[in-house]
Amino acid sequence: MPARLLHGRDRPADAFDPRRGQHSSTRILGWLAAACPPRIGKLLAVTDVDLFIPILTFVYGEAQLGGRAAVVSTARLQDGRGPTRSPLFLSRLLKEAVHELGHTFSLLHCGQEGCVMSRSVNLTEVDAKGETLCDDCRACLKQGGPEKAEEHERP
Amino acid sequence: MSDLSRRTRILVVDDEEIVRESLSGWLQKDGYTLAVAPDGPAALAEARRAPWSILLVDLKMPGMDGLTVLEEVKKLQPEAAVVIMTAYATIDTAVTAMKNGAYDYLVKPFDPEELSHLIRRIVESQALLRENVLLRKVLRRDYRFRDLLSKSPAMQAVFDLAKTAARSPSTILILGESGTGKELLARAIHAESLRSREPFVPVSCAALTETLLESELFGYEKGAFTGAGARRQGKFEAADRGSLFLDEIGDISPKLQMDLLRVLEERRFFRVGGNEPLHVDVRILAATNRDLKKAVAEGQFREDLFYRLNVIPITLPPLRERKEDIPLLAQHFIERLDAELQRKVEGLTAEAMEILMRHQWPGNIRELRNTLERAIVVASGHLIQAKDLGLALAAATEPGAAGGERSRLLSLSEVEREHVARVLKATGGNVSQAARVLGIDRVTLYAKMKKYDIRRPEDQSAENEETATR
Repeated sequence: MPARLLHGRDRPADAFDPRRGQHSSTRILGWLAAACPPRIGKLLAVTDVDLFIPILTFVYGEAQLGGRAAVVSTARLQDGRGPTRSPLFLSRLLKEAVHELGHTFSLLHCGQEGCVMSRSVNLTEVDAKGETLCDDCRACLKQGGPEKAEEHERP
Repeated sequence: MSDLSRRTRILVVDDEEIVRESLSGWLQKDGYTLAVAPDGPAALAEARRAPWSILLVDLKMPGMDGLTVLEEVKKLQPEAAVVIMTAYATIDTAVTAMKNGAYDYLVKPFDPEELSHLIRRIVESQALLRENVLLRKVLRRDYRFRDLLSKSPAMQAVFDLAKTAARSPSTILILGESGTGKELLARAIHAESLRSREPFVPVSCAALTETLLESELFGYEKGAFTGAGARRQGKFEAADRGSLFLDEIGDISPKLQMDLLRVLEERRFFRVGGNEPLHVDVRILAATNRDLKKAVAEGQFREDLFYRLNVIPITLPPLRERKEDIPLLAQHFIERLDAELQRKVEGLTAEAMEILMRHQWPGNIRELRNTLERAIVVASGHLIQAKDLGLALAAATEPGAAGGERSRLLSLSEVEREHVARVLKATGGNVSQAARVLGIDRVTLYAKMKKYDIRRPEDQSAENEETATR
């Protein structure tokens, strides 16, 4: 699948919440979706700011389920000990990027141990999973983002 | 994503759209089925419309607050788990929410780990609860009176008495030959009683030696005897608030008869090696195939214990006295065994049914079941043939059947002796196999062999050999 790297330092002005000192991933997603050129299939943003959704203390990333935009943050993927771009850090970033992109292809969280689509809410869980999709998720992806996404459209 | 997740329906109730959207988006990716409601009345409308597994409800909302929503939802859907979300973390709020039936509460914003863990915990506990209800239903279904099959008037009278007695707290003594279904009746009585949600604990008194039975019934303290490495609860404790079924009560030793009498009189007992009296609330259901009155007269069974147990006696008639039930029971066992053994037998030929009707069934229903199990295994077609039954001499087992010696009427014990001897011979002296065919346990078979002085073929041949070489 062809991929292109875009460099941009812009951020949506309203994404930062001064009370929490974090950026709203949902606002960033809205901004990305609006800015995404029509010929681009999926747009993945990588940022160093800490992300949140209003109800949770933080998120590693967020994506539009079955949509075009996804964002991942490097803010909580560092372990604070090794070099900034250590292999461990890069592996974590890769996993979270693939995970969020998976959501844009309508993949849901997966119960399969080791699958990159399994949910991870802390670094131990991020480290425990692999960088690739399990067979089931791969099959769902091939089917073009399963009926399961349709079943779970928000009412 | 599992089916369990898909079936879990979560309703998010919050007046802030951004919270509704972010929370439902997050949980949706876990595969749960989500809906949102912007306020209390909308949430209650949803609760009236459809069942929900979990409701995440904001505490502070204009109009109707979260605690009121909780109260109303609990009236509509008591089994739904309501989690209260609050930005104001006060102990008071949490206490009030929990008192009003909330499953838990979360302080906003919450850690993703906390939310995921909580939802998973609720889903698992609801699944367990459902499984429990299902198992309870299955148990009740298997042991209800209407599942005890019979159309004989004698059995109907037994069921009527048992049903009435079930609802009383009195001790019930079930009498009947081996294999007549005494334990099944006891289970049906328990299921019909006010104790049906509590344990039913069966103990086979004849299967254990005196000391083993004592520790089995009363439990023991650590160090009570060699091998008692830790304190162990006995069956009496296990059956607390429920029913204790003492099968083959006629076979317990004089010492245990006395111990049992004390428990029945004082409602308390001691663990083996223990000094502290333990109080239990247990309903006793006892059963025996022995003639207890006779045992009392012969001094083998305590009279006072007999009267304690014989509060409501119920006698199960042997199968040969209710032969009209044989077709019904046979069809029932065939259907059940077909499922268990994965066979497709539909019934019996007329000839095979005739044999069943003529057989005397000393092992009663258990023997009938075992005979049919064997027949289903060996049957080659959809119908069980006479030869499949393994009751080759069945016609001859009918006392008084025409022909020679058979024209003499035999006593029950003579028939039993002959039948036991024949089965033992047919099984080549294999006691376990013979007991299975007869539908009795090995202990009972040994007792019958002793009673009728029947020896296994190899014992006899060994004896003959010995005699020959003398």
